[in-house]
Amino acid sequence: MRILFKTSYLDDIRLFQHEGQVLWYSLLALAVLAAPWLLPVFYVGELTQIFILAIAGVGLMLLIGYTGLVSLGHGAFMAIGAYTNTYLITKGVPFLVAFPLAGLAALVAGIVIAVPANRMSGIYLAIATLAFSQIVEQVIVRWEPVTRGFQGMAVPPPDLLGVPLTQGWQLYYLALAVLALVVLGAVNLVRSPTGRALVAIRDSEVSAQSLGVSLFRYKTAIFALSACITGLAGALLAHRMRFISPDAFNYLMSVQLLLMVVVGGLGSIHGAILGAVFVGALPQALAIMREYLPSAIGRTPGLEPGLFGVVMVLIVLFEPLGLYGRWLKIKALFDYFPLYRRATFKRQRSYLKTERVR
Amino acid sequence: MSLAETMTAPAAAAKAPAAGDAARAPALIEARSLSIAFGGIRAVDDVSFSVARGEIFAIVGPNGAGKSTIFNLISRIYEPTGGRLVFEGEDITNVAPHSIAGRGIARTFQNIELFEHATVLDNLLIGRHCRARPNMLAEILFTPRVRREELRHREAVEEVIDFLDLANYRDQRISGLPYGVRKVVELARALCAKPKLLLLDEPASGLNTEETEEVAFWIDDIKNDLGVTVIMIEHDMSLVSAVSDRVLALNNGRTLALGTPAEVQSDPAVIEAYLGGEAS
Repeated sequence: MRILFKTSYLDDIRLFQHEGQVLWYSLLALAVLAAPWLLPVFYVGELTQIFILAIAGVGLMLLIGYTGLVSLGHGAFMAIGAYTNTYLITKGVPFLVAFPLAGLAALVAGIVIAVPANRMSGIYLAIATLAFSQIVEQVIVRWEPVTRGFQGMAVPPPDLLGVPLTQGWQLYYLALAVLALVVLGAVNLVRSPTGRALVAIRDSEVSAQSLGVSLFRYKTAIFALSACITGLAGALLAHRMRFISPDAFNYLMSVQLLLMVVVGGLGSIHGAILGAVFVGALPQALAIMREYLPSAIGRTPGLEPGLFGVVMVLIVLFEPLGLYGRWLKIKALFDYFPLYRRATFKRQRSYLKTERVR
Repeated sequence: MSLAETMTAPAAAAKAPAAGDAARAPALIEARSLSIAFGGIRAVDDVSFSVARGEIFAIVGPNGAGKSTIFNLISRIYEPTGGRLVFEGEDITNVAPHSIAGRGIARTFQNIELFEHATVLDNLLIGRHCRARPNMLAEILFTPRVRREELRHREAVEEVIDFLDLANYRDQRISGLPYGVRKVVELARALCAKPKLLLLDEPASGLNTEETEEVAFWIDDIKNDLGVTVIMIEHDMSLVSAVSDRVLALNNGRTLALGTPAEVQSDPAVIEAYLGGEAS
């Protein structure tokens, strides 16, 4: 195992804790930068999709995994981002202006939902956000002059300073750049006072409040930020799909995002990325696997969604900490090899908490 | 706990003159006929007390007497139905709950309200929240100013870690810590806020005799070295008479007695509340 010898408080603040991490993350960065040259066009497109999902996943992770506020309506923020971006671009606004405005529109929507959401938590908040996403979907259907309703809208390719990005690999790098910036921003946020305040709200609202954390302020701010990031992901997804219609961002999208963060592992940015990779790549992996199965099984209709569901259920059942939690366990096993105990990560009944002041 | 035994404790008698001095000093916090009713139950009924700067003030009473409710009123979790709270000459009866810490009042909870899924260090850093002015945009960019502030908070936290001897647990998650350590971490978190007034809700509950003695030393140090005024709720009368200057005894939300530990313990109403009518 690696023993860290810390000589400065900065050792606990910096992004990479040791050289090993620098090495592995550099290799990962090289791999994703080189991917368009090494992979067939189809897979580059799939990876783009995964990156876009990961952006939305990071946004949702800040809300669910760090602050403990469940949202079943993040598909709506994606829709708001996608439609704002597309509408502005069709009106001749350059992508570099339309894209941040798409995020801003989602941010405003996030504040609008956050103000009443401050009074709710748990299952009630989930229902309220689900209702919100239904409202947004209906607005998109009815507001035909802007959204063209069920006809949908064709999405022109994004342009960077007048250069249209029509190729798959161009969109790939665009999504990668946005993902990298979003991840960096999120990691910065969670290692600073605001990030700790969010965790405090998640673990004990009463004690967070008594330490000076304004519940209203932080819940509203994180709702807005989460919506903004998800809106940016929606804008990119519109470019990837090249055509948007109201049903592209329905509740199934929201559920998919929720699945991503839960399967990836709540309470870590790694989890959001792993979840996106898993949810984005699994259906494809299952489709490929299908070709190698005996034809009696391989030709069964609905095999992929079925298997997808089974895998999800198994993960939630046997690894409540998600993929990242599993990775931490494997790492601990190697770090402490002969001494590793299964009980290290065992969830124990926490000591009695004050229920009365809730 | 035998009352007769602690009544004659010499430590309690020696505290008496100090209490007299404290009573003359200007009050740090004052409760004026504080009341709260939940439905028909008057949990706190017309309770008044004032605590001077540098005093250790204990609140005792049987279960359900309204002790923790007074703390929840001071930290503004509950809305009082009557009376006023004055801290440093300023009325805090109607201020926002999250502004209490910034004014200099920190507290611990009866049943430990730590952030379970964070490390000890993170818990203590959250204790610094009321001394920070976070700017989300600067934090997302992690500007040099944010980094400097982080280092400053870390130094303040390390002082508390040294003070309460928590260095061994710094990087451990709360969910894996034993009960006694959690109590200390919660005390440390409250101290990280650099409070003027510390509210300790049963600091010795669930601790063994040795740990309780340790808590007594710490409370003395908190008062003498850090200059923090302490209000504590405690059942352990040996701890109360060892450290506190004055004691407020409550029963059914009403004041039974207020005075030095010796006075309160010999008060007939207190003895009656604890031991029943015949004892007096």
